[in-house]
Amino acid sequence: MAGRIKIRAQKKGELIEVKALMRHPMETGMRKDQAGEPIPAHFITEVAVLHGDQAVMQAHWGAAVSANPFLGVRFQGGEAGDVVRVVWTDNQGGTGEGETTIR
Amino acid sequence: MRRQSDDAITWQLLVTIITRWCLVLLVVPAWADEGIFDQYRDLMGDDNPAIFVIDEGEEFWYQSQGARGATLEACDLGLGAGVTRGAYAQLPRYFADTDRVMDIETRLMYCMETLQGRDRAVIATKPYSVRGDFGTELEALVTWLAAESEGATIAPEQVHPKERAMYALGEEIFFYRAGPHDFSCATCHEQSNKRIRLQQLPNLTDHTEATDAYGSWPAYRMSEGLVRTMGWRLQDCFRQQRWPELTFGSEVGVALQTYMAVNAAGGIMTAPGLKR
Repeated sequence: MAGRIKIRAQKKGELIEVKALMRHPMETGMRKDQAGEPIPAHFITEVAVLHGDQAVMQAHWGAAVSANPFLGVRFQGGEAGDVVRVVWTDNQGGTGEGETTIR
Repeated sequence: MRRQSDDAITWQLLVTIITRWCLVLLVVPAWADEGIFDQYRDLMGDDNPAIFVIDEGEEFWYQSQGARGATLEACDLGLGAGVTRGAYAQLPRYFADTDRVMDIETRLMYCMETLQGRDRAVIATKPYSVRGDFGTELEALVTWLAAESEGATIAPEQVHPKERAMYALGEEIFFYRAGPHDFSCATCHEQSNKRIRLQQLPNLTDHTEATDAYGSWPAYRMSEGLVRTMGWRLQDCFRQQRWPELTFGSEVGVALQTYMAVNAAGGIMTAPGLKR
């Protein structure tokens, strides 16, 4: 059940601290299953943290990132009540999205 | 002569280095990795990937399935039909309808069979996931039900003669040495402050350590990227002991869980845990 993100955003002083936990297998493509068949690569390639419509972080990820990746980001200029979104795309065209309001 | 003395100096140096290293190794605390994992757990806070599995388990509970197209809502886990809160913490226990002592997994199997009309053999083929999977239905259900008991007191019943017999059987198996290595569960789990490599081994005969161990399963295992159940943990223990494969849902599994649960009785459930 890929696509789920658990996300929290909290104002700490001047900074907004965003924490996101993504549900993704992050298969490298280098492993084999129990039958000896290669498991196809399946990993997140792009992640973005959006504050309203504005991207405050964008990243290119690869196969070295762990399964169920955990992302922590801090940015300036947010206020309590603002919407923060985390979106990702993977190498198989899958997408995931999570949304929360800053508290 | 010259060469010899050089050699002697080299040896002396080597011995010094080795002795120093031995000292360093001795000084490293036994639970070095536990300290690191405590830090890791602090950093993660309540962000345990198990939360996704908990959600999935809850969805499975309310999902109509099987020949009867029924949900598991009428499943009696020991506290009455459909009562999930605190149910995990009072298992394993005796069930009059089957005249058996059952743990969470065997009870869920019974409910899937009787309420939903599903084939036991199909579920038992693959109760636990392999690496690379996203987890099985049974694992998800057990994880959700354990989360429904988070903070509850571990209180398996020891009233019915069959419940007491199950504990006695569990104790016997716990200390029973077998297999090519002549191992018993007790070989690794009856002393405190022991470890294998850097992995701490809980003393399951001790109440506090049994609580920490039994109460923290099911747990998300970082090394596997999956939530694992106590039933899986036991299977893996059997594998590590080079014992015959522990049959899923067998009396042996229920007996060992009864033994651990009763030793942990009075302690608090902290599952789902976050482990190495």
